[in-house]
Amino acid sequence: MPEVTGELGAMERSLRARRDAGSKLVVPYVMAGMVPEWIEVLQAVASAGADAIEVGLPFSDPMIDGPVIQAAGLASLGRATTVHGVLDALAGAEIGVPLVVMTYYNLVFRTGHRRFAASLRESGVAAALIPDLSIEELDPWAAAAAWGGVETVLMVAPSSPQARVAAIVARAQGFVYAVARMGVTGERRALGADALAVVRRAREGTDLPICVGIGISTPEQAAEVCEVADGVAVGSALVRRLLDGEGPEGAARFVARFREALGP
Amino acid sequence: MGDPGPTGRFGDFGGRYVPESLMPACLELEVAFREAWADPEFHRHFESILATYGGRPTPVTECHRLSDRLGIRLLLKREDLAHTGSHKLNNVIGQALLTERMGKPRMIAETGAGQHGVASATAAALFGLECTVFMGEVDTQRQALNVFRMELLGAEVRTVTSGSRTLKDAVNEALREWVATVEDTHYCLGSVMGPHPFPYMVREFQRIVGTEARAQCEALLGGAPDVVVACVGGGSNAIGTFSGFVDTGARLVGVEAAGGAAATNGVPGVVHGMKSRLLQDEDGQILEALSISAGLDSPGIGPEHAHLGAIGRAEYRSATDEEVLGAFSALAETEGIIPALEPAHGLAWIIAEAGRDIPAGSSVLLTLSGRGDKDVAQVRELLAGGR
Ligand SMILES: Cc1ncc(COP(=O)(O)O)c(C=O)c1O
Repeated sequence: MPEVTGELGAMERSLRARRDAGSKLVVPYVMAGMVPEWIEVLQAVASAGADAIEVGLPFSDPMIDGPVIQAAGLASLGRATTVHGVLDALAGAEIGVPLVVMTYYNLVFRTGHRRFAASLRESGVAAALIPDLSIEELDPWAAAAAWGGVETVLMVAPSSPQARVAAIVARAQGFVYAVARMGVTGERRALGADALAVVRRAREGTDLPICVGIGISTPEQAAEVCEVADGVAVGSALVRRLLDGEGPEGAARFVARFREALGP
Repeated sequence: MGDPGPTGRFGDFGGRYVPESLMPACLELEVAFREAWADPEFHRHFESILATYGGRPTPVTECHRLSDRLGIRLLLKREDLAHTGSHKLNNVIGQALLTERMGKPRMIAETGAGQHGVASATAAALFGLECTVFMGEVDTQRQALNVFRMELLGAEVRTVTSGSRTLKDAVNEALREWVATVEDTHYCLGSVMGPHPFPYMVREFQRIVGTEARAQCEALLGGAPDVVVACVGGGSNAIGTFSGFVDTGARLVGVEAAGGAAATNGVPGVVHGMKSRLLQDEDGQILEALSISAGLDSPGIGPEHAHLGAIGRAEYRSATDEEVLGAFSALAETEGIIPALEPAHGLAWIIAEAGRDIPAGSSVLLTLSGRGDKDVAQVRELLAGGR
């Protein structure tokens, strides 16, 4: 198991503390800019018991997103959302829990690795999750992130052989994102058959908190997966409610149900 | 134009930028391709299918009348005469063989103009594979006949309504489908694009175009032509052609649609699993390419083209819709060949530059990557509409 050295990032410190105190983690996903009051949504979701929040930066070609998050991204881009607009808005807001920006690599590459890392830092964003950046291509971003003090959350998938799982979790920071199923983001009626196995395999190589995402749609599924996982990431199910106009209150009610199902 | 190595790099470009769920499939595909490509039996099988089923070698035709008009010596590499009417068959036969070798019963593909979709459906029928083709809604309307062709060949065509509803989003949908079905499905990507090993593998399958053309030019001209021209969407017919001439003194020229000139107007970026030159805005949002030719409407070029441009070995130019329509008619009228709109871009550049950027008397080889049947209805409307 890798030794924990140096200063932990804000995401990892916070999630480890909650996990070590016996709590399960709820990590909702909200697409930045998808509705005018998206900052209020983040605040409401944090108050409703989220432990961290994934903030999506919209990209024109979201390879691993299904129809709901695609629609939210299009809505956001249609409202002229930009990387800098989002980060400025976050810099001026008090959310109350650590944030991880979820976006695709081109936005990072186009902005410049160091500039992107510095902007996250200045906006108070703790971490970044860049799903199309494999560990083979990670070095330029990892160097800039280390320089800027930004944590990098990495994904392990049901298809990852054990050697890759080990290599990934060894470089992951903040938490490990365990992909519940082979497929894109979207609501599913049942938990992926692979979900528990992928968590167990990740656990062999790390004591970082492990959150399961992709397809987690109900508090019942969350409770089921949290028998082995440390928490869940909930995206499409929440984003759909926001697309339906449920607003900050509806988002808070939805996240509160997950909090309730998983305990305090 | 060698082996891009385990990381799939062409200089600064290429690589493998896909979600972790797909990484094992890309790695497995690379191993399978390298093994197959090192196996003489695989080569024999590939070449024999292309000969007995695909109609290879395709001839090189000298265009006497058009040459006289332009004051150059114009040769066409006739990929329009290959089965299914374009160079796309070379790649799909290679990938279908590989799909079979990997023991997968199903292929998926993206298509713009429909040529790669038709070729994929054809190869799937030939090999008894299931086939699903993703095609943007805009393109299913522009190329309705090709949709029907794919269905005749037993493929399922899925209309893509996300994003720009063209080739760019057809690739996204195919990648998404691949993530969900990777265990029994091979993604038969249609150009020298996408994550490693696709740009390398597709180039190797298209190399046959350049290899044949080189020998044919040798026989006709006693050496390489002065200029070698091909159209560039993703760049598979161009890279296949260039691979036969990269070690000669020939000028290599790729011609894009002016509305989608990623080699000229693009900047480095990452989309569809590769680092290359892309049309994008300041923030890194990918822009849509738009021309009369669905097959060239790609927001990026293959990474090896970005590299060949960066080191100055190849040049990239563009042609406008109007120039392309002129070239389309010119070839029909002077040579009795109706070209696809895609290679008509290459011809448009040649017509515009003969006696200028192409000195009078030069020998010029153009890869005529496909025949124009699929475009006749569209061109008829464009010409009737007074453009
Ligand atoms: C006839 C023809 N030529 C060229 C292309 C562009 O592809 P590439 O640049 O990969 O050769 C297409 C794509 O559909 C095509 O149909």
